[in-house]
Amino acid sequence: MFSAILVMAAIGLVLGGILGWASIKYRVEDDPLVEKVDAILPQTQCGQCGFPGCKPYAEAIAKGEADINLCPPGGDDGVKRLAELLGVEAKPLGEGMEPKPKSVAVIDENTCIGCTLCIQACPVDAIVGAAKQMHVIVASQCTGCELCLPPCPVDCISMQVIKEDVVNWKWRYPIHMMKRVA
Amino acid sequence: MIGSPYTLGGNTTSAIMLKVMLALLPGIGAHAWLFGPGIWVSLLLCSFFAIGFEALLLMMRGLPMKPFLSDNSALLTAWLLALSLPTLAPWWLYAIGMLFAIVVAKQLYGGLGQNLFNPAMVGYAVLIISFPVYMTQWVAPLSLADHALTLADAFDVVFAGQGSISPDAYTSATVLDTWKTQTRLQTPVESILAQPVFASSGQAIVAAMYLLGGLFLLWSRLITWHIPLAFLAGVAVSAGLLHLLDPTQHASPLLHLFSGGVMLGAFFIATDPVTAASTPRGKLIYAGLAGILVAIIRAFGGYPDGVAFAVLLMNVCVPFIDSYTQPRVFGHKIKQGSDKP
Amino acid sequence: MSRTLFTFNGGVHPDGHKTESNGTPIRAMPLLSRYVVPMRQHIGAPARPVVAVGDAVLRGQTLGAAEGYVSTAVHAPTSGRVIAIEPCAAPHPSGLFDLAVVIEADGLDQSIAFEPLDWRALDPSALRNRIREMGLAGLGGAVFPSYIKLNPGAQKIHTLILNGAECEPWITCDDRLMRERAPELVRGIEIMRHALGSATILIGIEDNKPEALAAMRAAAPSDMEVVAIPTLYPGGGGKQLTYTLTGVETPTGGRSTDVGIQVFNVGTAYSLYRAVELGEPLISRIVTITGHVSNPGNFEVRVGTPLSDLVTAAGGMLPGASGEIVGGPMMGFDLMDSAAPVTKAVNCLIIKNSKLFPGKPIELPCIRCGACAKACPADLQPFEMYWYSRAKNFGRAQSYNLFDCIECGCCAYVCPSHIPLVDYFRFAKSEIWEREREKSGADQARIRHDFKTFRLEREKREKAEKFAKAAEKTKAAASNPSEASAAVDPDAEKKKAILQAALERAQKAKESVAPRNTEDLPPRVQREIDEIEARRAAVETKTESTE
Repeated sequence: MFSAILVMAAIGLVLGGILGWASIKYRVEDDPLVEKVDAILPQTQCGQCGFPGCKPYAEAIAKGEADINLCPPGGDDGVKRLAELLGVEAKPLGEGMEPKPKSVAVIDENTCIGCTLCIQACPVDAIVGAAKQMHVIVASQCTGCELCLPPCPVDCISMQVIKEDVVNWKWRYPIHMMKRVA
Repeated sequence: MIGSPYTLGGNTTSAIMLKVMLALLPGIGAHAWLFGPGIWVSLLLCSFFAIGFEALLLMMRGLPMKPFLSDNSALLTAWLLALSLPTLAPWWLYAIGMLFAIVVAKQLYGGLGQNLFNPAMVGYAVLIISFPVYMTQWVAPLSLADHALTLADAFDVVFAGQGSISPDAYTSATVLDTWKTQTRLQTPVESILAQPVFASSGQAIVAAMYLLGGLFLLWSRLITWHIPLAFLAGVAVSAGLLHLLDPTQHASPLLHLFSGGVMLGAFFIATDPVTAASTPRGKLIYAGLAGILVAIIRAFGGYPDGVAFAVLLMNVCVPFIDSYTQPRVFGHKIKQGSDKP
Repeated sequence: MSRTLFTFNGGVHPDGHKTESNGTPIRAMPLLSRYVVPMRQHIGAPARPVVAVGDAVLRGQTLGAAEGYVSTAVHAPTSGRVIAIEPCAAPHPSGLFDLAVVIEADGLDQSIAFEPLDWRALDPSALRNRIREMGLAGLGGAVFPSYIKLNPGAQKIHTLILNGAECEPWITCDDRLMRERAPELVRGIEIMRHALGSATILIGIEDNKPEALAAMRAAAPSDMEVVAIPTLYPGGGGKQLTYTLTGVETPTGGRSTDVGIQVFNVGTAYSLYRAVELGEPLISRIVTITGHVSNPGNFEVRVGTPLSDLVTAAGGMLPGASGEIVGGPMMGFDLMDSAAPVTKAVNCLIIKNSKLFPGKPIELPCIRCGACAKACPADLQPFEMYWYSRAKNFGRAQSYNLFDCIECGCCAYVCPSHIPLVDYFRFAKSEIWEREREKSGADQARIRHDFKTFRLEREKREKAEKFAKAAEKTKAAASNPSEASAAVDPDAEKKKAILQAALERAQKAKESVAPRNTEDLPPRVQREIDEIEARRAAVETKTESTE
């Protein structure tokens, strides 16, 4: 009896030692959690989550202060990936948060007065222009955050849904195996 | 939306299943010739239960009947189980076997293609664990039977219980059973081999017919050589080693190869693509280890035959074997091991 | 001089269906009244239109100039007038429209003055620039700009392979080209050799084309080797042909140039001959039209010819036609709009009927039979890739080397469960590409946002420093206050006035352009606006509180 306990304890010690050694020897250097969360967020910097940008939201998630379903641009897919990363249950997007089709902002050339207010509002510096000159949005850099809409004094900015073309077109999921038609 | 290719060649699933069943016919014929017409009853019963359970489950899962019933997979499972079970067992034994094969092992895992375990072998394992007595009452070769059963007799026995005819009149122990019990009794090998069941060679002929069917499968390219060869080699080599070590306890490899379920297993059961390893090296490992397990179970296990347990045990290892034996992809450098997870 | 050939694993033997179209010589198309010339006819950036609506153009005149490195020019197929530059139907599996120049032909078919080049005297680099202007792109289907492929760069291209395998069923345009125009084709190969400096030249042709083999053997000089390769689909795939002829595997993710081998389609060699020795840009190609059509065969077709006109030229579809395939049956795609034109990539048009191309049987479950793995020329395990692609587990699909798949269709061809495997792979690939695009977009946005934050902070700091300095100055200049206040105030007043005036102007302009009604908004819209305002207010207060 006593010897059995001893043997078991010895085996436990040895195996525990091996495990401990392996965890040090083969440790994977990891990004901190904030970086990993931030990598999943879509970087629109739109503030729809209630935080002033993606990084602050990532920090709040990492600290456990914010829910994972507050990012409409990331969509359900983003929530799912956050849930996987954090090992929690995925959930639908928060109340009133609908993912919108991907869009870019477009400035109406006829009405822009060149006030530079939108330039200041743009979180990713995607608007070029100078005072009193017509501003232009660099479509490839626009994240579609809509933060430039409210500051515009003449409401000359509108959102345009990105259209499907032969470059960004995707192959559809094949018709799935036949289910019985009810 | 469905894109190219717009032409299809090659087989269909239902044709593959049908050809495999075709390849079983020589073995079935030999069985009927040598052991009496009982085999027809069990084939019929198993087929009936298989289709019934399959249809029931398809209905419950909301799947269409026609494409899934006509894929012939349930029928093939039924035939393989029927050929693994003793003929002339009570009808409910076949029903329970098919219940576990079709409902539990196949449909509850998601249907054709999704099952982890070979359905027929699951049915067999459940029966041999639950009803060992019925599972050891094998029909004797006609040449040894006191009473040759007609087809009508066979129906009578299966449905009405043993009735007027005593089971002793038409059953006998199999080769493997006899070997196991006699060696435990320390009977000398010569006198074991002198027993009538060894002399009749009924089982060996049926096994040879399965081998013939298996060669047809190889020839028609429905299976590759890897699994049958590795399986038979696994059995022969390990049985041979044991035989060399102690000929009084362990039968010769030839006897192992041509008795019990080895031939059926090598060509028809271990080769079930759904549950077998799929890479060339993986197939060799999977079937080789299964063959070794058969010999070990036969030699040291409680049951006379070990094909079912060997196959089921190796089924568990298949995902693991497959992911470590991925073949080199065209244009990739030859490297040691694999980066597969 | 028989060469040891290598056999790649897998492959299939679909019915060839070559005789339907390879028995008659290449025919010319009648001149049409309207051509649609897409700007995107090659891999890479589309050409930039250099003509305007209303311009008169001549045959061979540049319509679109190469834009960026991976790009090439596009030319007018005939003389006439540009009547539109707009998105038009394009031969693309999506059926989406793409930018094209539409030309109304004047029927004269006048050409610009073609300038033949003395290429032997020309430096390869100058030759390449010329080829880029001539719009040369690979005619085998991948349409990679040829001038890039003719640039050996740092690599030494010891072997040049000409692909005349034409392994896809039904297609015979390369077969007819080799039979009828072998001498010109060989001169094109010589230009390639000049640009690349290759020592070995191999011309691979599948052995189901004995006439083409004989014609090429007759035309090729002794230092070019015409090799008959076994007929086995996809033996004409670039990687497969390279392996068959040399035993060298193109490294994954790389090009054959990484191992010193370059592969060109025979059609490209012929067009190169015309571009360089005759000075004629790439404005036509050979196209096979076959299947359920009254007069199948091969046509020399101007690029920009609507496919419906090609069908007419071949005598029209027979009754019971059920659709059209662009390309071959193994790798082509369904034509969505027959107004789409022939481009440099279109080598074949197959008219379907329900007998030649029966509808696809329904997809049954995968039984892991491994037939696909046996047929795969890339030695992949398609059923594993299918499993994960179907489950949308793209990471795992990629770990089974999804991107080594060449989409040849062998796996789906042999699948006994009729699973459209390639469709699953195409789906998974485009999803992964989309994610990568999103990821790189997000990374860029992150960098730009971080920089903006940094810049704002720096500006704030600098302002604060300036302010401190200015305060010191004012303190120092306190003895003379009138000067300081006078210097600042009028300027600010003026700015305010200008802004005000601009605002009023804009308001007026906007009212005239788009009268807006902000008074009677439906409650839903009003609520939305209020919500946005509230959210922004919250964000602003939060931003302030964090600072």
